[in-house]
Amino acid sequence: MPLQGEYLGMELFVPDEGVEHKKFFEYCGRGDFRLQRWKSNGLLSYPPSTGNPWDGTTEHDWESVEAKGNVMSYVEVPHAIIPALREHSPYLVLLVELDVQRGEPSEHEALRVIGNLVTPDGDLAPPDLVDRVGIGSRVRMVFRRVGEGFALPQWTLDETADQPKPWRYVEGSGP
Amino acid sequence: MSVSSDDATPRHLRDKYAIVGVGETPYLRFGGRTTRQMGVEAVRNAMADAGLGKDDVDGMLSYSVMDSTMSPVIGSDLGLRLNFYMDVIGGGSSTEAILGLAIGAIETGMCKTVALFRSMNGATGVRMGGTGRGAPRISSEQLFGAPYGYTSPAQYFSPTFMRHMYEYGTTAEQVAHVKVFHSWGASCNPKAVYSHRVTVEDVIESRPITRPLHLLDCCVETDNATCIIVTTAERAADLRQRPARVLSVVGRCSKPRMDDHYQAGPITRVAGHYAKEILWPNAGVGPEDVDVTGSYDAFTFTTLLQLEDYGFCKKGEGGDYVSDGTIGLGGRRPNNTSGGHLCEGYTHGMSMVIENVRQLRGEVDDYCPVDSRGIRQHTYDYSAGGCRQVRDAEVTANLGWATPGTGSALVMRRG
Repeated sequence: MPLQGEYLGMELFVPDEGVEHKKFFEYCGRGDFRLQRWKSNGLLSYPPSTGNPWDGTTEHDWESVEAKGNVMSYVEVPHAIIPALREHSPYLVLLVELDVQRGEPSEHEALRVIGNLVTPDGDLAPPDLVDRVGIGSRVRMVFRRVGEGFALPQWTLDETADQPKPWRYVEGSGP
Repeated sequence: MSVSSDDATPRHLRDKYAIVGVGETPYLRFGGRTTRQMGVEAVRNAMADAGLGKDDVDGMLSYSVMDSTMSPVIGSDLGLRLNFYMDVIGGGSSTEAILGLAIGAIETGMCKTVALFRSMNGATGVRMGGTGRGAPRISSEQLFGAPYGYTSPAQYFSPTFMRHMYEYGTTAEQVAHVKVFHSWGASCNPKAVYSHRVTVEDVIESRPITRPLHLLDCCVETDNATCIIVTTAERAADLRQRPARVLSVVGRCSKPRMDDHYQAGPITRVAGHYAKEILWPNAGVGPEDVDVTGSYDAFTFTTLLQLEDYGFCKKGEGGDYVSDGTIGLGGRRPNNTSGGHLCEGYTHGMSMVIENVRQLRGEVDDYCPVDSRGIRQHTYDYSAGGCRQVRDAEVTANLGWATPGTGSALVMRRG
């Protein structure tokens, strides 16, 4: 069965033949963040792909990954394009660098996973929470159910972590 | 048999091809015409500019994001019989890439002279990033962007610049200067949609679109068509215009894994970092030899990142480079003298090549006085409504942008 979901007025769909995407989102549906670990070089990769992005080989296993990291960059969107997002604006899109495999296999490489800033329950963050997050913030993954056995990974502040003072873009002036 | 790197790079093509004709339609917010009508007009204008008749153009190339009219239709409307044509998918960075393809088509003997065009209703037709109207079905690869409200170029390019501000201390005021200086060019360009000069404050105080971008950090989407015509330098010698000779071209050069998801890093690095390794050696010149740049300005920061990674300044010093006067009219190396996509109009890169061809001809001005022989006399007075010709422009560079991870480039010299 294809995965079918609905989120903020958007119809989400993963066909059966999209094997890699289907596995990824099925695992998310079980609250399990799994990535492909490639047999040839032992590296994890994101997002799901048909071939190993480093060497083109195809042998891999799906492995649970601890989905914690820090915000490497972000954008704040006050002017939403998707109508249902307008009532949640401004919203944040976070580019999160996982702790796992940071700086491998070379200095600037890392597993960087996008998502919105959400509450621990998976709802888009309210304005007071948006204002508290920026580059350096420690976040953990939560899953937002969008359909039967189908969930989207999202990010929320990691309550257990020591939070550094995040770097925030200030309107109209530089840092 | 081993081949030295010197033999493997096609430097023997340096100077062998030239852009001989350029043309466009007006740039309009609401054009009210089909891409067929506009495409025919732009190609016709470029043929007339070059002095080429219907029997002289036998190749066509176009690019689109499935929002245009294919080249055989346009060619047929112009009475052409084509020996070669191709319509490729793509937006920004396609102009330079298909110029390379056109040169290849001529070099292989498939055709002799190629018209390259882009026709788009960028304001009233297909909008980059969508409009939010309708309820599209989002599947597979799209699931890693769209559900997060991460679909428009402003949204998914901006993490690069946000990080740049963090790492290098680059400021919103510095990058706003890109818009300011491009508006200087636009104020001397009657074709520009936004022809008034703006200030840094105007940019900073315009409404936020995707922080760190304000409305005036974003290009102006328009309806228009543009065309350039390429042929051999030999044939160019018999044509109407002073040719703009092609020194080097790079087509859709990419970061590792394209870096659409920013896995390769550093994320402040754009494809120009790799493209420059092809561009400058093949051209036989370097950034210091360039008189005018045409750096893709979908946003103010795309120009900054490209100028850095092509080596016009050191990495991280782009904020100073774009704000210290260098890139403005009268500066050491003006950028986008037409006003570019931020001010003149949005054509996915081709308009910036047209502008630089005219710079190399020494005929870019619209407002300077014409003498009794019909020759325009440049005043080099760069105030609004004045001159935008760069004095003694001999070498230009165009830096085309598709995404942070993919770019194209072109170096031309005065023929």
